[in-house]
Amino acid sequence: MTAVVTETPEVSTMDRVRTFAARRASVLPTLAAIAILIVLLIGAQVEFGNFLTPRNLSALLLDHAYLLVLAVGMTFVIVTGGIDLSVGSVMAFTGILGAQMLASGIPVWIVVPVMLAGGAAIGTLIGVLVQYFNVQPFIASLAGLFLGRGLAYVVSLSSIRVENPPILWLQQTRFLIGEWYITPTGIIALVVVAAGAIVMAVTRFGRTVYAIGGSEQSARLMGLSVARTKVMVYVISGLCGGLAGLLLTAYSGAGYPRYGIGTELDVIACVVIGGTLLTGGRGYVLGSMVGVFVFATITTIISFMGAEQAWTHIIVGALLLLFIVVQRAIVARSDRQT
Amino acid sequence: MTLLKHRLFWPVAALVTLVVVNVIANPNFAKVTMRDGDLYGNPVTILRESAPLMLVALGMTLVIATRGIDLSVGAVMAVSGAVSLTIIADSPDPGSLGTVTVAIVVAVLVALVLGAWNGFLVSVLGIQPIIATLVLMLAGRGVALLITGGAITTVTSAPYKFLSNGYLILLPVAFFIWVAVVAIVALVERRTALGMLTESVGINPEASRLAGVRSRGIIWAAYMVSGLLAGVAGIINASNTMAADSNNAGYLIELYAILAVVLGGTSLMGGKFSIAGTVIGVLTVTTLDKTIQFFGVPPAQSPVFFAVVVVIVVLVQSPRVHAWGRAASARMRRTPSSGEPPTGPGAASAAKKHEEVAA
Amino acid sequence: MTVDTDVRPLVSMRGITIAFPGVLALDGVDFFLRPGEVHSLMGENGAGKSTLIKALTGVYAIDAGTIEVADEERDFASTADAQAAGISTVYQEVNLCANLSVGENVMLGHEPRGFAGISWNAVHREAARHLASLGLDLDTRSPLASHSIAIQQLVAISRAMVLDAKVLILDEPTSSLDRGEVEQLFAVIRSLRDRGVAILFVSHFLEQVYEISDRITVLRNGALIGEYLVEDLPREALVTAMIGRELDELSALSGAAERAIDRTGTPVLSAEGVGRKGVLEPADLDVFEGEVVGIAGLLGSGRTEMVRLLYGADKADAGQISVGGERAKMHAPRHAIDRGIAFSSENRRAEGVVAELSVAENMILGVQAQRGWMRRLSKAEQDAIVAEYMEALGVRPADPTVPIGTLSGGNQQKVLLARWLAMQPRLLILDEPTRGIDVGAKADIQRKVAQLAAEGLSVVFISSELEEVLRITQRLAVLRDRRKIGELDPTEVDLDGLVDYIANAGHTERSATR
Repeated sequence: MTAVVTETPEVSTMDRVRTFAARRASVLPTLAAIAILIVLLIGAQVEFGNFLTPRNLSALLLDHAYLLVLAVGMTFVIVTGGIDLSVGSVMAFTGILGAQMLASGIPVWIVVPVMLAGGAAIGTLIGVLVQYFNVQPFIASLAGLFLGRGLAYVVSLSSIRVENPPILWLQQTRFLIGEWYITPTGIIALVVVAAGAIVMAVTRFGRTVYAIGGSEQSARLMGLSVARTKVMVYVISGLCGGLAGLLLTAYSGAGYPRYGIGTELDVIACVVIGGTLLTGGRGYVLGSMVGVFVFATITTIISFMGAEQAWTHIIVGALLLLFIVVQRAIVARSDRQT
Repeated sequence: MTLLKHRLFWPVAALVTLVVVNVIANPNFAKVTMRDGDLYGNPVTILRESAPLMLVALGMTLVIATRGIDLSVGAVMAVSGAVSLTIIADSPDPGSLGTVTVAIVVAVLVALVLGAWNGFLVSVLGIQPIIATLVLMLAGRGVALLITGGAITTVTSAPYKFLSNGYLILLPVAFFIWVAVVAIVALVERRTALGMLTESVGINPEASRLAGVRSRGIIWAAYMVSGLLAGVAGIINASNTMAADSNNAGYLIELYAILAVVLGGTSLMGGKFSIAGTVIGVLTVTTLDKTIQFFGVPPAQSPVFFAVVVVIVVLVQSPRVHAWGRAASARMRRTPSSGEPPTGPGAASAAKKHEEVAA
Repeated sequence: MTVDTDVRPLVSMRGITIAFPGVLALDGVDFFLRPGEVHSLMGENGAGKSTLIKALTGVYAIDAGTIEVADEERDFASTADAQAAGISTVYQEVNLCANLSVGENVMLGHEPRGFAGISWNAVHREAARHLASLGLDLDTRSPLASHSIAIQQLVAISRAMVLDAKVLILDEPTSSLDRGEVEQLFAVIRSLRDRGVAILFVSHFLEQVYEISDRITVLRNGALIGEYLVEDLPREALVTAMIGRELDELSALSGAAERAIDRTGTPVLSAEGVGRKGVLEPADLDVFEGEVVGIAGLLGSGRTEMVRLLYGADKADAGQISVGGERAKMHAPRHAIDRGIAFSSENRRAEGVVAELSVAENMILGVQAQRGWMRRLSKAEQDAIVAEYMEALGVRPADPTVPIGTLSGGNQQKVLLARWLAMQPRLLILDEPTRGIDVGAKADIQRKVAQLAAEGLSVVFISSELEEVLRITQRLAVLRDRRKIGELDPTEVDLDGLVDYIANAGHTERSATR
């Protein structure tokens, strides 16, 4: 029957669509996220009239640069089928650590590498526990969460102001393009996104990340360097945590040990909304960026409405649920095909 | 040797060691005094303060046995605290037993509904438990904040306060509450076939389904129990502070509960579970918390110690460390008799093989 | 022992010994693999085949002995090491990444890279070239998951060729392939052999072993029994070598097929037009009391799908099922169980055993589930069930308290059989109950089935081994391409006749109408 149909030319376009869908089914959730983002932005513009302004959109990136960086690291981890609960507290720890060091007069060119190294160190700990001691990522990164939060309080129980010019420069400088602007923190975040996307798409390391998410055992039997890659994704996530600590410190002008409580959940929600499968093997860094923008837009809309910020989490929770159910349906369908 | 092999040996040993260390460091640690016919002192405080974690961990044990996890317990606690305190605060007579009863019943029912929601996502829609409960973990506190109108509701109500601060015979009410709940849960699980069927579902859901086990109902029930117990925990917690602090009530308790369950010897991979182990695990966590405070560490910094504990616990359970232990003991036995070099290839390969078998 | 010394071995394993805690898995085994040959490694479960393979591929470290590859002594620390030395393995459960494309699976870890990282066009071009050299024409950009297991296996072999494998190990590659797919695989194997690749082949199917092998090495209980040229080793001799005793037990069963069945009454199970879109075209099936009905057909012919619909493991969207003359709704396994139907899945590990529970708990699981969680079986009732079946089925070890996961495949299968029998079903559906288990356990299970049927139990029996189906059934339903094509009387056909029927029946009239 199908043989007859394929002879007409229109249907061969249909076939092309079908071939695309079959080859690239994993992009569909990300496309859905983009659609939701567009609907949100247009809806907000229609509702408020002054939402889609260069100023407002520039602020979306500025206010969520740290979240974007965390989401990139989290994407690597989740695509391998793992999870990293430590990112929020790692960010708080490196932030307060940096603030404390700057306050005691240590030069910035030492402080920044130490912040990054601090994040990477906790990431390494988690990665080693996961890879070499067969600890579930959930539990290992839980230890990282406790450790980061506790260490943040060990550094200081209260907030520390940052007055270091280079750090503040990151936030206060505005590169203007018409009415649009971007800060160095925003540029850093976008560079991290680009780097993450490139690494995932065209390096053997990135492909190994996907292979591990597909089947870790297979990846190992295929002779890929599974152990190194699995540790590395947590190091990358920790490094992103350290960098996010820097960005958040610059953004808020202070280090504070209570920063980032619950941020890990926001990050996971953004990554999932962006189309990454929590079971691993599928997902895109660029999708996670879309997820962050969806999150950012919802937050902004709620503050535009003057509503309780508690709604943010309720809506993000609902959106997360929607995506999970959709993903579940997609996976169920592709399972049935085999 | 059989004692060493008992699944509760290591959990009990950890708790006993912790207590012994405390008593040696400070003999006052174990001191119990009698005042007005009630007992006071550190051990009593531990038994009292264990109550919320105990209830949450108990529910978590059942959920973990089904191969699941319930991250929403902290948020459910916040909701149940917010519901009960808001009802009491809005009533004309906050101190009456009737008001408090209504508040508690409504809060527990709400928690049960939230648990049922989690169970629905997991057992009917087939969503991964971590994710399914993440939804409520994210949204739950938002809901609690909306209930209290964003403020921290405080109330004065003697009967409500009695739940966590009152005493029955010699010991705190909160202690009797958790003992009763543990007894009920243990009886239901082990005197019926529910325990075995839960383990079966947790180990192999598909085989269980084909054997005619009503997996869906069992999994759903586990999340409902977890929600229900988290609700009760939320009430005890709120009764302790007499304030509905939606941001901080039950904060991180899901993680402490998971830690307690794992400390008690129940694997996170699901299947075999131990209620006695969880009780011991919870007491260990609470005792450790007290110990840290006893040594003068600010409570905010205690997560560092819990991080160390988590790492130690997972390392002790890790097959690689077991293999190292076996290799080391094999060397000790071998060296005197045969005089072989201590790092024989056999030891290394035995370690490698064990890992393989475990994997 | 005949060792042909004409060709210098590519792989020489000498005196390989591997001990696990409490078990000597391999005891001084020698094994030689020559270029351009297909060499089958035979032995019952637990003989040490997989241990030997894992020793060669660097998964296990050896405790004694030497491994030489291309005249060089090697000690592989990992599969990656072994691959680098030209030893590749293709496993039964295909070890590729289903989330990635076909091309990427072929090239993973060896992607051509340009200035800007991996060059995807080159990856797919290379992959297509490697696939083509094995006679495969696939869309390399399609996800691996969209292809059948057979194709995935061939993709895995292509991948081995990318690694320039000189030694290819095929561990049970055919167990989930149908006849045509096996032919395709064998064609590939022969072409690789002719190119000088040394191929180590492991399979439970004797027919296939004789069809493809040049040489056979037999292991038993971790020890080497011998290495033979295939023409020097008749089948009986091979079986004797594998199990260490003359085996007349299987043939003792013949005669079951002649047993008379009374088909005049109400069937125990009657299915009319039962089917499901894309899974099985509507089909009829009756099973009478005391009858063993075989379902014959190739893998993928719809035989497993058919019994799953009958049992309610999957939901049928067409037709109706009656049990004992009464209409029955089969939407879940429970519905079937309540009507006295039991089903043993072909996938023992994933759908049968509950590994960490004890043998006893596994046995009573079905009965307990049927009673519901409120009415727990008393200790005495449990013990009675367990004692009865441990004895009747000869489960080894005879300790019901050990976790079932520690038992061998054959003994696990016996425990599962006990689970279903303890529920005292009227109808027992057995899907591949003897797959992947050793010959002794196989005979035990076949004998038990024949005995139960003689006592009045109705059985639906699926097996890939057509001889087995012919031997113990009284009627055969034949399926092809997800369609029931007819029924046969096993006393009236022989093996060749059955194979011919499966392959050809119905073809002629269909082509006539077209």
